[in-house]
Amino acid sequence: MTPPIDSVAGVQAKADEQAEETRGGGRFAGLSKWWNGLERWQQWGVLSIAVVLLYLLPILNPPILSTESAGYNFPLACFDAARFALVALGLNVVVGQAGLLDLGYIGFFAVGSYVAALWTSPDSTMVKIPYLATLPLAMIVTGIVGMLIGIPTLRLRGDYLAIVTLGFGEIIRLLATIIPALKGNTGFQSIGRPPGTDDKGVPIFVQSNGTAWYWLILTVIIITMLLLGNLERSRVGRAWIAIREDEDAAEVMGVPTFKFKMWAFCLGAALGGLSGAIFAGQVGFVNNQKFDVATSMLFIAAVVMGGAGNKFGAILGGILVSYLPIRFIFIAEQKYLVFGIILVLIMIFRPQGLFGARNHLLAYGKKAKRVAARLRRDAGREQEVTS
Amino acid sequence: MTALHAAVPMLNALASADENSWISFHWQELADNFWNATFDGLTFGAIYALVALGYTLVYGVLNLINFAHSEVFITGAYAVVFTLSALGFGASVPNLGWGAIILNLLLALVVAMVVSSLVALGVERIAYKPLRARNAPRLVFLITAIGMSFVIQYAFFWWRGAVAEPSVTMFEDKPIFIIFGSTISLSTLIIVGAAVVMMVGVDQLIRRTRVGRGIRAVAQDPDTATLMGVNRERIIMITFVIGGALAGAAALFYVMKVPAGVQYNGGFILGIKAFTAAVLGGIGNIRGALLGGLLLGVIGNYGAWLLGSAQWIDVVSFIILILVLMVRPDGILGSNLGKVRA
Repeated sequence: MTPPIDSVAGVQAKADEQAEETRGGGRFAGLSKWWNGLERWQQWGVLSIAVVLLYLLPILNPPILSTESAGYNFPLACFDAARFALVALGLNVVVGQAGLLDLGYIGFFAVGSYVAALWTSPDSTMVKIPYLATLPLAMIVTGIVGMLIGIPTLRLRGDYLAIVTLGFGEIIRLLATIIPALKGNTGFQSIGRPPGTDDKGVPIFVQSNGTAWYWLILTVIIITMLLLGNLERSRVGRAWIAIREDEDAAEVMGVPTFKFKMWAFCLGAALGGLSGAIFAGQVGFVNNQKFDVATSMLFIAAVVMGGAGNKFGAILGGILVSYLPIRFIFIAEQKYLVFGIILVLIMIFRPQGLFGARNHLLAYGKKAKRVAARLRRDAGREQEVTS
Repeated sequence: MTALHAAVPMLNALASADENSWISFHWQELADNFWNATFDGLTFGAIYALVALGYTLVYGVLNLINFAHSEVFITGAYAVVFTLSALGFGASVPNLGWGAIILNLLLALVVAMVVSSLVALGVERIAYKPLRARNAPRLVFLITAIGMSFVIQYAFFWWRGAVAEPSVTMFEDKPIFIIFGSTISLSTLIIVGAAVVMMVGVDQLIRRTRVGRGIRAVAQDPDTATLMGVNRERIIMITFVIGGALAGAAALFYVMKVPAGVQYNGGFILGIKAFTAAVLGGIGNIRGALLGGLLLGVIGNYGAWLLGSAQWIDVVSFIILILVLMVRPDGILGSNLGKVRA
């Protein structure tokens, strides 16, 4: 005599809920519970206040967060953090969503920077275009480069892909050094900036005006997050998660894995290129020194620390990786060592990062299980009726 | 050669080498230095091959690319420099007889091999064993390995700074004989000869000894091997020790060949090239590592002469890596340590 299907499903669902409560979120469980408990309009309200505060951040310069005591201009620190956040957001699409470990993300960042440099700097012989036009151009060029790298390499699995992308990132830096037209260490100066001057005739987007650049990149981040959020909830996002969790199973279930991996790779590359172009505009100078592998590893550390697969986690990781060395000088001296150690410790003790993607996934899983349980129940009743 | 000579003016016209050019070909230089490039390439190739064995063995047994292996190598290189400096070697050769020099070099070799294998073992213990115990996904292993590689690299950065160690001359590098108008020097002979001897030794170890049989068994099927009484953890440790020791030997030859190359990030590029060599020959295949290493060394050197700068060696190696993975990911000799016949 087997127990009725109904009660089995009920017990199972209860066990799942308990398991999630004990496992999910850890420290941040309360926060996400509170967030999920809010009405839709309340969520939007909280979000708008947060966004306004974010825009005001460099002006407010809160004493706890301020980096002035460490001798670093706070608006510029905000820009730096936002820049890393955008990079982490782009890399999260590749590493977190689709599960493709891309160690050469700095390569895309570099390509974007060089696009801005080649088409706006007077040091280059190429045609000059307005700076803002280089942002979409950088995205297109890096997207294409991403596709060119992706075609041969995306058929490979995890470790091979990782080492090939690592090589790619290094190739870009070496090419920037060797190829005469890319001017190696000399680099390109006076890279373009967005138009506009204040009432004294000083350009708004000068290098020292961190606030203007911060607002520009914050706007880009918010637009990107809205678009990525929609993409994650779409067929594409589900396909990425399926590929990340089990590529073979996804393929068997009819997900065209190569196509969706390519989408993730190109989109990630384009975002990397965009952040590179913005970075080039802000510093106004690009040479081969800015694109070493170590920085690429910081990008990875940002995504993995925050929690691969969760865009808020990635952003938090990006902010931590850039902000901590600015705020605390003892980290700045040895930031690669510090983040290397953190990377190892996180992987050993909390592989899902500070904000894991796990909750998210389980939420989908739970919904699916509930539906399945209901279907089974219905099927059971039908069987009772027919027998 | 004549066909190459004839093609030179035409190909050079395609790419002029002015300040704004993107790329230029130097066929004439390559043709003039063909044999030099070949023998020099073989020397570097032998070093790549020794490091590649570390990647290949670990991949064969654990199905894992040990990203931190390049740091195992560079630790060995530091050990060589420190040992030789302590023994009185410096910018010039100390005034010793050949016998004493050979003894000192052997001592440095042993120290480097021991240090490197200890580091390899340490990496295994800290970064891989805890994850193996809880069956972590492969991506997690990879990220830990990258983290370890960073920790070791930047620990050296912290300790020694960003500058290269002062170079150490081990002996007067005399030309021994001349082939095709290219001089073969003593160091070339030592490096290629010793590397081939070591690799044959490892090949025989894997094929003929009890330990080798254990390694092959674990590579083929870890679960069944465990059931048949093979101690898997012990085999994994031995694999890391062998790989580390070979990387230590490679480090001695590397310092012999590139005395100014020992600095905190000196292992990174060499590590990728060694990995490329392993993939080229067939990762998980010991003879493949030797073949892949020698081939990669030679091709990279041709590329450098053709494109006009030594830095192209690295670019050429990466392109080869991508091409091999595209065309024949199993490498030239195929890849499976478990399929080796005794």
